Amino acid sequence: MKKSHIIVLVVIAVAIGIIISTAGDASTYVNFEQAYQMAQAGNASAIHVVGQLKKDRNGQITGLQPGADLVSFSFVLVDDAGKEQTVFYAQPMPPDFTRSEKVVVIGQYQGNQFIASKILLKCPSKYQETTVNASL
Amino acid sequence: MHYFIGNLGHLFVITSFVTAAVSAFAYFKAQQSSNLLRQQQWKQNGRLAFYAHSIAVVGIVASLFYIIYQHYFEYHYAYAHSSRHLPGQYMISCFWEGQEGSFLLWLFWHACLGLVLIRTQKTWEPPVMAIFGTVQVFLASMILGVVIPWVDLKLGSSPFILLRDALDDPIFNLQPDFIPKDGSGLNPLLQNYWMVIHPPTLFLGFAATLVPFAFCMAGLWREQYSAWIKPALPWALFAGAVLGLGILMGGYWAYETLNFGGYWNWDPVENAVYVPWLILIAAIHTLMTAKGNSAALKYSIVLVVATFLLILYSTFLTRSGILGDSSVHSFTDLGLSGQLLMYLLFFTLCAVVLCSVRWKHLPTDEKESTVYSREFWITLGATTLCLMGFQVLVPTSIPVYNAIIESFGRTSNLAPPANQVAFYSRFQLWFAVALALLSGTAQFFWWRSITREKIKSEMLPVALLTLIVFALVISLTRIYTPAYLVLAFAGIYIIVSNGRFLVSVIRANPRLSGGSLAHIGVGLMLLGVLYSAGYSKVVSLNNTGLLIAKEAGDEFNRDNLLLFINEPRAMASYDIEYLGERYEFRHRSGYVKKSDVDLTTDPYKVVAKKDIVYKNETVYHANDTFEIYPENTYYEIELRKGNIVAATLFPRVQINPAMGGFIASPDIKNDLTRDLYTHVSLPMDPQAEAEWSETEEVRVKIGEQFFVNDYVAVLQEVVRIDQLPGLELNADDAAVKARIQVQGERDTYYSEPIFVIKGKTQVGRISSEVADLGIKTTLLNIHPDTQEFTLGLNGRQKDWVVIKAMEKPYINVLWLGTGILMVGFIMAILRRVKEWQVPDMKRH
Repeated sequence: MKKSHIIVLVVIAVAIGIIISTAGDASTYVNFEQAYQMAQAGNASAIHVVGQLKKDRNGQITGLQPGADLVSFSFVLVDDAGKEQTVFYAQPMPPDFTRSEKVVVIGQYQGNQFIASKILLKCPSKYQETTVNASL
Repeated sequence: MHYFIGNLGHLFVITSFVTAAVSAFAYFKAQQSSNLLRQQQWKQNGRLAFYAHSIAVVGIVASLFYIIYQHYFEYHYAYAHSSRHLPGQYMISCFWEGQEGSFLLWLFWHACLGLVLIRTQKTWEPPVMAIFGTVQVFLASMILGVVIPWVDLKLGSSPFILLRDALDDPIFNLQPDFIPKDGSGLNPLLQNYWMVIHPPTLFLGFAATLVPFAFCMAGLWREQYSAWIKPALPWALFAGAVLGLGILMGGYWAYETLNFGGYWNWDPVENAVYVPWLILIAAIHTLMTAKGNSAALKYSIVLVVATFLLILYSTFLTRSGILGDSSVHSFTDLGLSGQLLMYLLFFTLCAVVLCSVRWKHLPTDEKESTVYSREFWITLGATTLCLMGFQVLVPTSIPVYNAIIESFGRTSNLAPPANQVAFYSRFQLWFAVALALLSGTAQFFWWRSITREKIKSEMLPVALLTLIVFALVISLTRIYTPAYLVLAFAGIYIIVSNGRFLVSVIRANPRLSGGSLAHIGVGLMLLGVLYSAGYSKVVSLNNTGLLIAKEAGDEFNRDNLLLFINEPRAMASYDIEYLGERYEFRHRSGYVKKSDVDLTTDPYKVVAKKDIVYKNETVYHANDTFEIYPENTYYEIELRKGNIVAATLFPRVQINPAMGGFIASPDIKNDLTRDLYTHVSLPMDPQAEAEWSETEEVRVKIGEQFFVNDYVAVLQEVVRIDQLPGLELNADDAAVKARIQVQGERDTYYSEPIFVIKGKTQVGRISSEVADLGIKTTLLNIHPDTQEFTLGLNGRQKDWVVIKAMEKPYINVLWLGTGILMVGFIMAILRRVKEWQVPDMKRH
């Protein structure tokens, strides 16, 4: 066997290893129901849940509970299946949070609470922003 | 309404699009034509078209800048990204806050590089510039903003769109000519000097990767399979240097501005530029041996093409909105994803077709390179770099897999790894170790004459020295983690081995030292990352046993320090003391105490209560009106060793009630062996009502001393005033202001309560607070008969701030390594430019 063949084989082996490990470490997008089932089944890995902030009829966000100080807060997220869940986040509210059109929470259930370790926001692009600042 | 400038800009956009297409076509004809005269004519046309294109691109930039600079808020770009109070230097940053501006920047750099190539590459001009022109057509189409009428397809998004066309606001139905008085401003996190220079550098790096790609394509096109390497190599090095520098600047910006405490977060957006850079570095290495070795030539072609395509892929990832659910800072979709995909697929297809047509014509080697040749080691190193990139690319592309699967009507719920930093670091660490070991070893095989016998005597001293340095370093810095020990060893090995090589090269020909310098830089960077990231530790430990905030979790209460104003605490071998909230001057550098100024109705203007002294210099006099930045609050924190002030830190907080939450930016104390990285983790809520003690009344004369909350105070004077902010005074009204001097622990403060009699009967009192001391005074009553005044005094809990501080050991080694890497790159570029200028100069 030539040297180059050995190298190619090693490279293929490493590449396959990388793909397998990625598949193994990849998280999943689930809804709250599935996340709850997973936690009940003893699966403690962090998962992604995509949803929107709960809003009332006037489009006002409801269920937003800032902590007594600014250090933590909780909010109600409605997932794609329509389930509402209070999410706790032990960090300050990210800027632009209330303007986000979509929120991705990464974390897991602890009992009946969903604890987020990271929050990703998708904010409307400036083109979808439909109002000019009224104070101008 | 200023329609002219927008129309002019849009005309420039269309011109740049058309001229790019004309230039590409003419250069294509010049390359394909067999008639020499025709060739010359087409080349001339192509050149003229490219000149016109470059002028048009500069015209776009100038028009857009004019709109931003003149505050023409009828234009969406100015409204969305700028404001009247934006400092001049950050108006440049407005360009790249929006997607259109960053495409423009890319277009601009390509135009500049194209002009340089026209001047310097006479023989390669037609095919290379044909590719440049084609790329420019695609890029210009991204900002074209033209609707193709009969298919109703919008091509590109113009930066010159009017606000009323961009926003669907009812005000434009009532008042079509409505112009907002002010813009919505630039994201405060981008108001940083690194954000002025990081994006242009990064985009110059992006643009520069086109040059080696264009040469490679041109070489295949002309069937001059190895002649393209010589002119392409300096450009590949240039691209590697600039792209690397751009990435590191981004890292430094994140370190300095964002408070996640690091310079690299393995966010998909960061990964998207990291991968092409790794492949580019691999390409640079194989290119160096590609001239005499056809395996290396083939490898180089693949890598150069892959680098460019990965740049396009990364553009697609970050701009199509596909990363929306997985990245913290990707752009949102502008409706360009289709166009971006076309751009990517077009060049992928062209490159793949051209390569496969020409592949069988490429020369082949008679025999494999031996283990004792540098080609062998370079191939191994390049392969490791590719795998390193592959490991990052596979998980970063997870959203793409989902999109592909979903386009076939299936669903996929794969998400990127939840803990990115741990996931990527675990793999990248070992790739880095492998690279360092390979690169250190490869140095022994650089000269052609090395043999099995010689290698041992060459390696032994290096191995010994490495072990000695390694033993010293680990015993001094106490590394015990096995993985870090291996990384430290590999890092020291690459430095020692290349150091030895550097010494011999400097003796022979110093101009050849670029490579070994660059490798030493990489070794230092590895060590810097190892210490600063691996051994970063929290030093602001709360040892008081008291909780800071009950609801905030154990980690927060353990890792943060509550500092009351003027009360020193011990932290990380320093005495640390919080000195109060500050504003930043607008027209000069420096900070002013919030307690020393009165606010006015204009939030950007304040009035000095006393002479404002900054760094022993009187900056403003009492009663001067000057400008500040109201959005930012700085927290002055003093670090002392004994009685010597070691540093004064000003970490920043922006509290924005409209958006919720606050944004903290750190301030960093640079010591030689460590950085002390401090940021505010909890500021006082400015909207919370303070709880004042019950009012204590004193009756004093002018000049009489009294105590407020244990501070010595004197009523200095009571004067009549004619003006009151926010209140109209008539002829029969009267207002007086008392001036009370309060001696604080470190400074003298003035409290100025006001007493107003309106219409002879109505009495109003305006209290005055000294936030630094937590006191408030009120002028309650005036007794003309005894010439006494009754003052109301209140105290409250002192101001406080909660901070978190981290120690980043030996981070300077990382920056030093970066510097050396860049010097190495520059030397290598100079050498290769020289080689290209002198035909067939003998290789060392």
